Amino acid sequence: MTTHQVTALLAAAVTAGTPLVFAGLGELLAERSGVLNLGVEGMMLVGAVSGFAVAAVTRDPWLAVAAAVVAGGGMAAGHAFLAVTLGADQVSAGLSLALFGGGLSAFLGKPFIGIPNPVPFRAAPVPGLSAVPLVGPVLFRQDLLVYLGYGLAAAAWWWIYRTRAGLHLRACGEDPAAADAMGIRVALTRYAAVAGGGALAGLAGGYLSLAYTPAWTENMTGGLGWIAIALVIFATWNPLRLLGGAYLFGAVDALGFRVQLLGVQTSSILLRMLPYLFTLVVLFAITVIQRQARVPGALAQPYFREE
Amino acid sequence: MPATAPALDHPRPSAPSIPEWAEAVMIRIGAVLAALLAGAAFMAATGHDAWTAYRVMAAGAAGSPFAIEQTLIKAIPLMLTGLGVTLAFAMGLWNIGAEGQLAVGALAASWLALTVPSLPRPLMLPGLLVFGFAGGAAWALIPAALRAFAGMNEIISTLMLNYVALLWVDYLVFGAWADPAAFSFPYSRPFPESAHLPTVFGGVHLGLVLAVCAAAVLWMVLRATPWGYEIRTIGQSPAAARYAGMPVARNILLVMAASGALSGLAGAGEVGGVIHRIQQGLSPGYGFTAIIIAWVARLQPWAVIVVAVLFAMLLNGGFVIQTTGVPAAIAAMIQALILFLVLASEYLLRRLRRRRATAALRLALAARP
Repeated sequence: MTTHQVTALLAAAVTAGTPLVFAGLGELLAERSGVLNLGVEGMMLVGAVSGFAVAAVTRDPWLAVAAAVVAGGGMAAGHAFLAVTLGADQVSAGLSLALFGGGLSAFLGKPFIGIPNPVPFRAAPVPGLSAVPLVGPVLFRQDLLVYLGYGLAAAAWWWIYRTRAGLHLRACGEDPAAADAMGIRVALTRYAAVAGGGALAGLAGGYLSLAYTPAWTENMTGGLGWIAIALVIFATWNPLRLLGGAYLFGAVDALGFRVQLLGVQTSSILLRMLPYLFTLVVLFAITVIQRQARVPGALAQPYFREE
Repeated sequence: MPATAPALDHPRPSAPSIPEWAEAVMIRIGAVLAALLAGAAFMAATGHDAWTAYRVMAAGAAGSPFAIEQTLIKAIPLMLTGLGVTLAFAMGLWNIGAEGQLAVGALAASWLALTVPSLPRPLMLPGLLVFGFAGGAAWALIPAALRAFAGMNEIISTLMLNYVALLWVDYLVFGAWADPAAFSFPYSRPFPESAHLPTVFGGVHLGLVLAVCAAAVLWMVLRATPWGYEIRTIGQSPAAARYAGMPVARNILLVMAASGALSGLAGAGEVGGVIHRIQQGLSPGYGFTAIIIAWVARLQPWAVIVVAVLFAMLLNGGFVIQTTGVPAAIAAMIQALILFLVLASEYLLRRLRRRRATAALRLALAARP
């Protein structure tokens, strides 16, 4: 491969990894508060269709992003109600959310199939930085939402490890009874984390329909929501490691397309299996290596004071 | 000590007003009605005529002998995959991979029908079923082994394998198995006549009988055999089961294999009994609907059969409803909403009872001299 091809591949990895950055950060936030939300795929789909619909109707890209965020957050609030308020089993509740999102997005998206996005996000090179060799074209000739991904990952890291509010979030996820005794409002924190996480999943979906594809097709997430959940485990619940992991997965995805362009005779369908197989292999490796040592202590366990 | 103090683990202090099963049935009927009502409100809000839509849906689901036949044909894979995930869920294994296991079962059965089409019918038909069964089992054994020997979470692995299995179907129907007469439509050559499953009545194939038999066997196994007792014990408390010397790893392999086998059988039934070839989009998400069915049926095999028929009505009605301009996805929404409402009402009742019991206990303790 020439330098130019390597640069193009790395840049494509960052673009393809961006929806995983958003969705992964969202799931990380929820899980750090102690709530497992398996509905990422559904929240992403509803975010994607809401964002696209608003873009098609209003032609305002930022209003579209806002719609995707609100839609994802709203879906997640339903999960928070089941998981936090009622103490329901979080696996089945999350699965119902994933399936509901699939149906809802297909229903709402019917009129938008085959329409191009009138206001897609395009590359907006950062002045100065984009001229740096290798780093420039890979990291700083992307669209604005990719830059938002860098910022959110850094902010999430700082917030979780360096602020009081982040400490409270972690306390709710590790030992809600102790957090409660400290005066932290566990249910409120968990609601906020789950809804905020859902908003990020909605943003991830919006990225697909507004910037990456950019169009609406049914089930356009193609399992990215589930890969994002695996990514959180891979990143051991650390936002910066998640950022790197997301781009690694993006690279695998982008590699599939690039290999075809290089003329290697492999079926494109088999190459599309790569991200899923890679997820399996990585998850297997991480399971064997660390044996779930760093899982938030109270993950997926409901908390009620009187019990 | 006055006898009024209720124990915390008996959430109902006074005599129960209605039996538990009746309450469960009522919750489910209520959830179905509420989900239909919410669906109507949603359709109205999006500018559709909900009343007409539901009338068309009901007619398409059960309004004619043809409609009933179509509903039952769709109920067969829902029953088999529903029973498959029920078995896994009973042991606390989150097998979300029924969709992929169905696909690999269909692939294995199709391999037999397409590569040895000259096989005589008395060998072909059982072969088709055995291959479907084995294909689904083999696919489920991958996440089972990862879980049993490496402790890897099966939710993600079964899900990832769904995508791989569906792409594998695509790979073959666009490539080696493509029908040369189909102008690159994504389906295989047709099966030979010898590989068409016999029908019970109308277009409803043998799979219906197999599914009902499977429910009977599963019911017997879970209820009346030592193995069923092990499965349920491991499902409720893996630590206790291990302490009692139950072979947890072996049961993970066995249960996942049997669970996948039932979904694989569903796949063999689809290719051998309904479409008579294999194609892209083999299943409209049967393996995912199965998860809702198993939960709504409370992991009771006979209830799975009943709920599968109900959900097949929704699915079939959903296909027909498209003629009125309402997207078929309304069926998937209503199904997921039913699960959401069942979960919500069950856990709400549990919370209320526990809270009431705690309050009663506090009162009783305070009243003591």
